[in-house]
Amino acid sequence: MANLVVFCILAVVILGSALLCVMTKRIMRAATFMLFVLFGVAGLYFLLDYTYLGAAQIAVYAGGVTMIYVFAIQLVSKRTLQGLVERVKCSRMLWGGLVSLVSLVTVVMVFLKNNFILWGGMMPDTEVPMKEIGHALVGSDKYQYVLPFEFISVFLLACIIGGLVVSRKKED
Amino acid sequence: MEHIFDFSQVTTWFHDLLTLTLGLGDFWAILIECVLVGAAVLGAYSVIAMILIFMERKVCAYFQCRIGPVRVGPWGLLQVVADVLKMLIKEIFFVDKADKLLYIVAPFLVIFGSVGAFCFLPWNRGAHILDFNVGVFLLTAISSIGVVGIFLAGWGSNNKYSVVSAMRSAVQMISYEMSLCLCLITAVILTGTMQVSGIVEAQSGPWGWLIVQGHVPALIAFVVFLIAGNAEANRGPFDMAEAESELTAGHHTEYSGMGFGFFYLAEFLNLFIIAGIAATVFLGGWAPIQIGVEAFDEVMQYIPGIVWFMGKAFLLVWLLMWIKWTFPRLRIDQILKLEWKYLMPMALINLVLMTVVVALGLYIK
Repeated sequence: MANLVVFCILAVVILGSALLCVMTKRIMRAATFMLFVLFGVAGLYFLLDYTYLGAAQIAVYAGGVTMIYVFAIQLVSKRTLQGLVERVKCSRMLWGGLVSLVSLVTVVMVFLKNNFILWGGMMPDTEVPMKEIGHALVGSDKYQYVLPFEFISVFLLACIIGGLVVSRKKED
Repeated sequence: MEHIFDFSQVTTWFHDLLTLTLGLGDFWAILIECVLVGAAVLGAYSVIAMILIFMERKVCAYFQCRIGPVRVGPWGLLQVVADVLKMLIKEIFFVDKADKLLYIVAPFLVIFGSVGAFCFLPWNRGAHILDFNVGVFLLTAISSIGVVGIFLAGWGSNNKYSVVSAMRSAVQMISYEMSLCLCLITAVILTGTMQVSGIVEAQSGPWGWLIVQGHVPALIAFVVFLIAGNAEANRGPFDMAEAESELTAGHHTEYSGMGFGFFYLAEFLNLFIIAGIAATVFLGGWAPIQIGVEAFDEVMQYIPGIVWFMGKAFLLVWLLMWIKWTFPRLRIDQILKLEWKYLMPMALINLVLMTVVVALGLYIK
């Protein structure tokens, strides 16, 4: 019962913020509403007892990605982003509808085929201990993820070097 | 004998009162408890804020050889109450053509981040409000929400100086978060857990405080944590956000009444939170001093955990205030240089050092 109530509240928050995010004309408001959507998703993870995932969601998306968006928006001239208007063409609407329909069908098919509801009911309602997650993240056995972990760190290093090269002052 | 001040006795008694005596279901019992705990947290939050504001005025006054507020109430005790009343009834007015929604949301985000971090502080044995498995990680995640609030405050004010200073203080806070997290990770390596109650529990033995257990690396981490925390809370000598004379107060220039009050509250509470986390992680939280002599240890056990916790936290608060009123304000480039060129590399090396110490078992058991 409590889970259901919390889920409903979170669902309303997520859907409402998501709608407002795409419907608002001001870019900074859109970023703020996206922040609320990300909070809602983190709330869902907490509801599922995935506390590590929830914390990562808040730290990475709410604390990191939104921050970068906001930074980028503030660095761009205020007038170029304020009150952007675009006419929606009919053919574009059609394509958009088609793509959404295909995605919806895919999601529903995957959902029904894998019996997620059945599995969800059978999972024990407990928190995964942090030690287990840590071992899985940097372990090298089967079902452990040290290789992707290292790949991502190399990728991030490349990003940092790229950023430095782009922002470097020209010597002349 | 060992756990005479276990707060979980009170919470279990109250839960039993609701479920067994009054016959409420789990849902309603937990709902009532959540509401009560929430009210208690907000109450404690505002009371501690008022104590801190008064303390700041007096400490600042004595450091500058003044006597501080004395007119309102005995020893000036009611000055803060009068200020809070003034703040509460002040009109909030909006800046012309500003984004009103963001202007209103921003202080709430700041206070949300601050209250969220405040909930993680362990007050006593059995008196944790939020005690997750991923405790310390979640704590840093939630406290970083405040930065978004500062950004939005600058933007929502429709004032280019506010935008610039919001970016300045955001850059400062994001940078110093790095050292803060690295120092916390250093402590996590030694205790082997991220849960706040587990970290305190690991320090409850004789000579168990982390700063003693982890000797050199823990001491370095503690000092770096205090410096970075001072900067993270936007307090002097790093107070770029409220350099009134030079920068016209930064991101909250256009706020009045309770909008400004929230920023002010959050700033003071962030100071307390930093001191509280430092006290929890490095000085043992509610764990009393234990030196291995039975009689002495027993006497120390009779002092309740909350007294220990508050004593340590306020000692660190006083230390940070001392620093604030002693050092001159830094420029933003000096602040960033200190973090990126000195503190962060030092914290990284310290992390390696701590790993070596723990791996070779060189810490004091």
